[in-house]
Amino acid sequence: MPATYHTRKRRLEARVFRVLMLASVLVIAASLGAILWSIVSKGIRSLNWEMITQVPGGGFYIGKGGGILNAILGSLYISLGSVVLGLGISVPAVLYLNAYSRQKTWFAGLARLVFDVLFGIPSIVYGAFGFTVMVVLGLKTSLLAGIVTVTLMIVPILARAMDEVVRLAPPELSDATYSLGATRWETAQVLLRQSLPGILTAILLAFGRAIGDAATVLFTAGYTDSVPTSLNQPAATLPLAIFFQLSSPMAAVQNRAYAAAIILTVIVLAISLTGKFLQQWLSRHRI
Amino acid sequence: MTWRRWKDKASGGLFALLTAVAVLIVVLIGGGLWWKARPITRTHSIGQLLFSSTWNPFDGRFGFWGYIAGSLTVTGLAIVIALPVSVLAAVYLSEFAPVRLRKWLLPFIDLLSGIPPIIYGVWGVLTVVPVAGYTALSGGVVLAVMIFPLLISILLDVFRTVPEGLKDASLSLGANDWETVRKVLLAKSKSGILAATILAVSRALGETIAVLMVCGNVATPPHSLLDPVYPLPALIANNYGDMLSIPLYDSALMLAALVLFGIIFVFNAISRLVLHRLERRNY
Repeated sequence: MPATYHTRKRRLEARVFRVLMLASVLVIAASLGAILWSIVSKGIRSLNWEMITQVPGGGFYIGKGGGILNAILGSLYISLGSVVLGLGISVPAVLYLNAYSRQKTWFAGLARLVFDVLFGIPSIVYGAFGFTVMVVLGLKTSLLAGIVTVTLMIVPILARAMDEVVRLAPPELSDATYSLGATRWETAQVLLRQSLPGILTAILLAFGRAIGDAATVLFTAGYTDSVPTSLNQPAATLPLAIFFQLSSPMAAVQNRAYAAAIILTVIVLAISLTGKFLQQWLSRHRI
Repeated sequence: MTWRRWKDKASGGLFALLTAVAVLIVVLIGGGLWWKARPITRTHSIGQLLFSSTWNPFDGRFGFWGYIAGSLTVTGLAIVIALPVSVLAAVYLSEFAPVRLRKWLLPFIDLLSGIPPIIYGVWGVLTVVPVAGYTALSGGVVLAVMIFPLLISILLDVFRTVPEGLKDASLSLGANDWETVRKVLLAKSKSGILAATILAVSRALGETIAVLMVCGNVATPPHSLLDPVYPLPALIANNYGDMLSIPLYDSALMLAALVLFGIIFVFNAISRLVLHRLERRNY
């Protein structure tokens, strides 16, 4: 029986959308490729050892010697500090939600919703809020102010990511600990142990967000050409180093912005890949 | 025994307190912004602030419309570009892609979501601006690429809640695979797609540095996509911290931050509630 007009139309529609779907996947893959390619091809020539081992020298911003060690270290300090501080709040919160409070209390529901909402709040709002608090307290831009502001931004990231894995721990696990007479505190430790791979992934996720964000540190951490030696000193950050150098009219300085962009991208991709690898490696004995 | 009980009690109290602190961040931010934004709402009416496009801080005239229109333009454009592409790609990944390809593509999309906004901005300056100029169009394109991963990962979660049985039933009645996608998968995911879109809108509305680098930063309501625009977050980022000597300027900027916070708060709360309900639905 020959295919009717109607059947042919149906087949054609399916085929057209199949092509459109493939094209969409291609567009998305190509955009990642384009991003990496444009930055690497533009910045690779200005990338050298001096960039990552030296602080800006005299006349750095008119194209003379030096590097962006100040920004690399500043970013690392801020990200490390905020992840440590953020863990101090989010780990207890997640354990409280999963081991101490019963799953379905209104408070647990509210807390999860608040984390979801905070996760969506843009970093510029955190930055503006952080700056307001600094003005009220009479603080200047500093490493500490940057760390605290970035901490506010990553607490919901950490809490959501960890809650997701801790919640997936089999309920039999906590049933078993309770039946052996464990307290909630001891059960919480078992849960933490069980969720370790997920927690490490959460940490790396938050670290990646912290190191790449510009809007939170724009008003709070300040910018300086030296490496900060105390929490009260301002600190340079990689995203702002890229941003400021890119707005220079001089080509030599702009090229350094592209090189700095490569450095940031490499750091972020390395963190991301380490996370994936760690997760697989740590859960290799899981059933 | 008592020591163990004591530790249990003490940790319980401390953990509850820290959870409350984390939850209170949202109240603190909202309250803090409101407190700083209040001075300007005393001397200017809200309608005038939001819908006038005269922006002249030296004369005490703060009309946000130029900035709001800029934000709406780039956000709308980003959604128009990103939504169809993301839905089609997510359908492909969830229904059609060979397992091997999916295993490669999903981490790839994860990588895309981990790239910092500033890098998207640099890419925009290097590749999009030479073609489209410092315009709303460039802002929309860069934003669209930034929200791809967010949309796709939520859409994949949404599609996962549609039971296999429904799709099998559709196929067994003679519908082809695309008809099944359209009449079962997409039809059953309507609320989820809407929620994902709202989340993407709020991400786009708040995106700062990448948009600021490519959209030209001129605060008049745009007449075409090839006009430069000046979105709200860019206004805050470019001026906050420097202009505090002008009366009410900081209060105006805080109002801008409060507006962003309020809109995004409501959008996020709604779409998360919808998504939670979807996850719990059963047939």
